[in-house]
Amino acid sequence: MQAFLRAIVEPGFFSSPQVQLAAAIGGVVSIVAAGIGVFTVIRGQSFAGEALGDIGAAGGSSSYLIGIGPLWGFAGISVAASAAMELIGIQRVRGRDLATGIVLGFGFGLAALFLYLGSNDESTTGATISVLFGSIFAISSSSLPLVLGLGAITAAIVATLYRPLLLVSVSPELAAARGIHVRAVGAAYLFAMSVAVALSAFTIGAILSTALLVGPAASALRLTSRPHRAILAAAGIGLGCTWLGLLLAWDSYYWPHKGWPVSFFVVTLVLLVYLASAPLSARRRRRA
Amino acid sequence: MPALELSDVTVQLGGRTILDDVSFTLGQGELTGLIGSNGAGKTTLLRVILGLLAPTRGTVTVATDGGRRSIGYVPQKFMLDPDMPLRGRDMVALGIDGHRLGLPRPSRARRELVQQMLAAVDAEAFADARVGQLSGGEQQRILIAHALISHPRLLLLDEPLANLDLRSAREVVNLLARIAREQQISVLISAHEMNALLPVMDRVVYLADGRAACGTVDEIVRSEVLSRLYGHPVEVLRVHGRVIVVAGDSDDAEPTHPHHHDHDVEIF
Repeated sequence: MQAFLRAIVEPGFFSSPQVQLAAAIGGVVSIVAAGIGVFTVIRGQSFAGEALGDIGAAGGSSSYLIGIGPLWGFAGISVAASAAMELIGIQRVRGRDLATGIVLGFGFGLAALFLYLGSNDESTTGATISVLFGSIFAISSSSLPLVLGLGAITAAIVATLYRPLLLVSVSPELAAARGIHVRAVGAAYLFAMSVAVALSAFTIGAILSTALLVGPAASALRLTSRPHRAILAAAGIGLGCTWLGLLLAWDSYYWPHKGWPVSFFVVTLVLLVYLASAPLSARRRRRA
Repeated sequence: MPALELSDVTVQLGGRTILDDVSFTLGQGELTGLIGSNGAGKTTLLRVILGLLAPTRGTVTVATDGGRRSIGYVPQKFMLDPDMPLRGRDMVALGIDGHRLGLPRPSRARRELVQQMLAAVDAEAFADARVGQLSGGEQQRILIAHALISHPRLLLLDEPLANLDLRSAREVVNLLARIAREQQISVLISAHEMNALLPVMDRVVYLADGRAACGTVDEIVRSEVLSRLYGHPVEVLRVHGRVIVVAGDSDDAEPTHPHHHDHDVEIF
């Protein structure tokens, strides 16, 4: 108990370089993922986001086999999968659940194979947990520039397409009549989303990646009726959940079973915020 | 220069002729009804005017503003989730520059312009509610303000009265008539039912099987004109100020148009 208190009062937390790196990477990723997630929810593409994360597991696990950084693996396969989705026209029809479901099952199958093939190798110990559930405290500092770069690219795409994306989300017909290339906007967004999902998978694991993408966004949509405020609120919620998750995980070193996974805390906080936002949304819905 | 001019527009899709030599001109400040039953070619005609579909033959001339087609458009299909974080006010603001890239720059002038437009369509009372939570009639007003805020020469509305109750429909029709008159723009409203538009329509473009007849209501909505258009006898009845178009003697109907029997009463 004393040790637990010491962790809060006299924090090795803030001075640990491991924590600082995790806070930087987790911060950037949560802001980008949550901001992009607002459009994912608005456009009804949550399931596509889930699929990209799951397929990303194959990329993350193959990266251990071929010896590249896991983020490259996640991002490479996620972007490729989004391109495939675009080609079969998934973004235009919202309800292609079946095709998406089958493809994401295949992604997990590949991940299982790659993780099995790599399981004899000493250096890949813990790869399964890392790929599926994330291990943010174990991320190498050499990944930071890539995280920042990918984060900046996705944020720039959404900022650039902000107004056309809103119009397309309201009515593709109306957007087309105004000279907006509806399909190009959708494809660019899908690309940005696939990168955001890869970042999220890299940070909190492939299986949990959608939680950071759509969880804060879904809560934010309940809290405000303005698009830019929803994006800011989602980013704030994502950042708060991630940082608080890091702190709790750090503290959990002094709990039974020492060192609980960060991802568990992050997704739990995301869920709690979502549940807490329900009564607020109910009040907002009642129109004067 | 007219707001819109179509000459000999023909559209063929997959071997079928959807529009057949359609010609008409819309003048400024006029409200025109684009009347026809489902499948008559109304939507195709609107798509041609919007530039979303190139005609097989013929020309479409639309007034331009800085190189862009000066058209405000109100689509029919408009499904918004109540969770969509977009107020009526935000939707109207998207009408100014929603097609532009980059983030919008808020300014007092912008806010005032939006407020003016909301006032022009009597939408101030519900401008701060989410668009997805508004009633059909309220959404129409927001969409009309969205379309008008860029000051187009031509306002196109695709079936704006479908799914509206009688009172909302009358209010929207009166609003559109006032807009055409006060802002001197040309308003084209597609509808499968013309009675709601009769009191305010300056002209009518009547579509049947891809062919069009254009003129004032008194010139066009007559038995002999519509019979020629349909290619088989129809009769125009006027009952209590309403117009009803019924199929005439079915023995004379052209056998090449069997689907006419599906709806003996075209407009009720």
